Amino acid sequence: MSLFLIVLLPFAGALLPGLLIRAGRNVCAATTGAVTATALLGLIVNAPAVMRGQSLTARLDWLPALGLNANFHLDGLGLLFAGLILGIGLLIILYARFYLSREDPMGRFYTFLLLFQGAMVGIVLSDNILLLLVFWELTSLSSFLLIGYWSHLPESRQGARMALTVTGTGGLAMIAGMLILGNLADSYDLSVILTRKETIQASSLYPLALVLILAGCFTKSAQFPFHFWLPHAMAAPTPVSAYLHSATMVKAGLFLMARLWPVLSGTPEWFYIVATTGLVTMVLGALIALFKDDLKALLAFSTVSHLGLITMLLGFGTKGAAVAAVFHIINHASFKAALFMTAGIIDHETHTRDAQRLGGLRRLMPVTFAIATITALSMAGLPFLNGFLSKEMMLEEAAHTAWLGNPWLVPALATAGALLSVAYSLRYLVHVFLGPERDDYPTRPHDPGFGMWAAPALLVVPVIVIGIYPAVAEALVNTTATAVIGQDPHVHLKIWHGLTPALFLSVVAVAGGALLLSVQRPLARLWDSTPRPEAKTMFDAAIAGLAGLGNRVTDGLHNGAITRYAAIFMVTVVAVGWHAYGGGALGAETRALSQISPVAWIGWAVLVIATLGLIRYHRNRLRALVLMGVIGLIVSISFNYLSAPDLALTQLSVEVVTIILLLLALNFLPEITPPETPPLRRMRDMTIAAAAGLGAGGLIYLLMTRDFVFGTISDFHLTRSYKGGGGDNVVNVILVDFRGYDTFGEITVLGIAAIVIYAVTEALLDSPVRRRLLHRQPGHALAGDAHPMMMVIGTRVLMPIALMVAAYIFLRGHNQPGGGFIAGLVASIALVMQYMASGFAWASERQRYPYHGIIAAGVLLATATGVGSWLADRPFLTSNFGYFRIPPLKEFELATAMGFDAGVFLVVVGAVMLALESISRMARRQDNEVSPYPMDIDPARETTPAKET
Amino acid sequence: MITFALTFAMGCFATGLLLCLFRVIRGPGISDRILALDTMVVNAIALLVLYGMRSGTQIYFESAVLIAMLGFVSTVAYARFVLRGNIIE
Repeated sequence: MSLFLIVLLPFAGALLPGLLIRAGRNVCAATTGAVTATALLGLIVNAPAVMRGQSLTARLDWLPALGLNANFHLDGLGLLFAGLILGIGLLIILYARFYLSREDPMGRFYTFLLLFQGAMVGIVLSDNILLLLVFWELTSLSSFLLIGYWSHLPESRQGARMALTVTGTGGLAMIAGMLILGNLADSYDLSVILTRKETIQASSLYPLALVLILAGCFTKSAQFPFHFWLPHAMAAPTPVSAYLHSATMVKAGLFLMARLWPVLSGTPEWFYIVATTGLVTMVLGALIALFKDDLKALLAFSTVSHLGLITMLLGFGTKGAAVAAVFHIINHASFKAALFMTAGIIDHETHTRDAQRLGGLRRLMPVTFAIATITALSMAGLPFLNGFLSKEMMLEEAAHTAWLGNPWLVPALATAGALLSVAYSLRYLVHVFLGPERDDYPTRPHDPGFGMWAAPALLVVPVIVIGIYPAVAEALVNTTATAVIGQDPHVHLKIWHGLTPALFLSVVAVAGGALLLSVQRPLARLWDSTPRPEAKTMFDAAIAGLAGLGNRVTDGLHNGAITRYAAIFMVTVVAVGWHAYGGGALGAETRALSQISPVAWIGWAVLVIATLGLIRYHRNRLRALVLMGVIGLIVSISFNYLSAPDLALTQLSVEVVTIILLLLALNFLPEITPPETPPLRRMRDMTIAAAAGLGAGGLIYLLMTRDFVFGTISDFHLTRSYKGGGGDNVVNVILVDFRGYDTFGEITVLGIAAIVIYAVTEALLDSPVRRRLLHRQPGHALAGDAHPMMMVIGTRVLMPIALMVAAYIFLRGHNQPGGGFIAGLVASIALVMQYMASGFAWASERQRYPYHGIIAAGVLLATATGVGSWLADRPFLTSNFGYFRIPPLKEFELATAMGFDAGVFLVVVGAVMLALESISRMARRQDNEVSPYPMDIDPARETTPAKET
Repeated sequence: MITFALTFAMGCFATGLLLCLFRVIRGPGISDRILALDTMVVNAIALLVLYGMRSGTQIYFESAVLIAMLGFVSTVAYARFVLRGNIIE
């Protein structure tokens, strides 16, 4: 089966359980199992080739410019890990079917599980480190979902968050490390990187890349000091713990260390960082495990310890140690998954997993006892079980390793780790199964059904078979080790190596471990009374500190006052502008000032006086609005005077719409803005504002009195406007053609903004604030006539004229001032007039199409126009035009840009009307009478309706 | 002669603008301000038309027409606001 398919199957299959849960739990579990089994089958089909020493590759260029290729690669290491992930995954699926209760949403569980499985398979089969990083992050995310599966439990949520934070942070570090590694090797493909050992290790960046990559591996594999997340992840359902912490997630870090072993290992940095961390983790994890009463916590810390063991072996950097590491990965996965499942069975059947409350279960749960005995003894490293073999190899390697020239430190600590391992493994048996039967179990314990113990029982098979007849694992170990160390180690696995130092250390460990267990209870009291740093409190404090810092920074920058944003923005702009001005050279003035006519002087004076007046009276809102009207008027005239008729038309219509919008809002606002800041701060703000305004004005003056250093782009547009866009109006051609894509984005944003206004006002409709505002008494008596006749008649007459003007402006826009935008504004003003004259209810009753739809139609029309050019094999939004003649009319031009411009027109109309309608809806009251008549007083009617008060 | 007349007229309307601005700022009432703004709009139309005549182009007439057609909407809106508070009811 193609490697792509093996990786994609779990992801594609993840859709099924969520849907098929409706068909029942058995169907759901069976489907999930079928998906995993198919992927496993696909892997097995490829296995013989890999065992023969070939490696399979599937290549697909994804983003070759970034070096990101979807390349997959299957060699011995990938085969082993993918086999573990899919094989144990299959057993977990079986076990979970019987473990999860009826209340647990099983479909969701299997969906998460398959997502996680896919991500893991992706990691171990990736041949591109960027692709690997993608899958790496996916495992962090999907494991977050799995650990937090029981989201109603606080421990579950906290554990999931902690796991995500720790592994996610490590993942970020690893991204940086991988990018450095890829740069050093000049390729992101693993197959290339693995051949560049000398180049990479010679670089001065090697230590940095190493530390960053190891940070990712150590956090994922729960190595000291990042080990603390793993026990908290035990809040997950047991199938998740058994899967994540025996075969998959925590092994991802080990996998990566093994994968990059040929490139990164062999240096003192590698040895001291990796081997030391592994050694410390092994001893510390084993020590804590001995004193944990919660069975899953015990197993969690034993996992930490065994991961430390494997890390240490990889850290030794010798080929023998790497082989031992690979072998222990296989053995650990088999016995630890089974042990987790037995812990889950005990929890499931007795409703406790506290070792203090258990004991004497051997007769009550004989099957579980048998499985637990074999696997725990394997974990302890007793002969004729697979744990023994790899532990012997580990001790053998440790016995030959010196640390800073000290020959006994590593062997002594390794033996201590093994001793503790014996102690906690035996404790798992002695304190749970041996001893007298008790009468205070939470429920009457008994063995579970076959479905639940089948999976762990199957895992016992390799534990015993490899333990007694190690040669069966030789082929797999040799193939895997070949992938790690680059040559076939030709290892012969056997039980009896003669009287080696390792055997001696092993005997010490077993005897010492048994002895230690006999004094575990008094030691535990001592352990509990000694103060220890509690990782959870430290983690919580660190997170709270970071969150507090984040809040302070955010609140400092975003305190909700627009003055602060404006101040920060303006100060930055002034500073940057000042820096640029000081750093650049300013040529001599080359342009003379033009003559100013007296009328222009007066216009300028009106503008300045009105602006000063606005500043003076800005606290009186209505007066400020009137002054804004003056300023807008003068600006519009100025645009005309300075030969920018398009801008003038736009400015005029925007002014009207703005005034209406602001007046609608002012209805809900106090008449006077009270001063809210102390005078000193107002002075400061005034200084900033003046500096920014005068600075901008000064710069513009300097620019306009000189010729530009570079030629302007106006000529470019002027020469191409007609040829390329078929229009004489350059402004319009730029909008709908040259920069059509920008306009396309802008109208989309405009539509979104209008819909956001709608959503915000919709949310306010039920708010107490609105109720209070509606019930306040106006400061002065209101005029009686809500819909005066004069206004109704006037606006009615004007509407067709205004719409005709809009159509005219729209049609000629391509060649003369105008276009969709201005036409849209004019049309909306024509409509708003009707709302103002006859009221909201009357007008919206006659509005047949919702404005949302008009916005959408506009965007779709613009899109369709753009896509249309694809049909002619041209890029998006390339316009075309031609001349047509329909007999009674003169010859006229039609451009495809007109369709686009019509889209702009519709969006503008929809957006303006939706915004106005949304805000005016705020002022609607339930008790407003909806008058069936357009005006309140109509002499043509016999009777006049009661006037509103 | 026409140049002189145009210049004279423009001067008058521009002065009108200034005087209206005085009313906009001094008031005393809000209705005075709104009325003054409306008058300014009328003056602006006149200025645009005169300026168009002097430069011999039609392009300004359109702005003038547009102001004439739409300019009153803001005046009405101000007036409704003062009289009824809510301009769309």
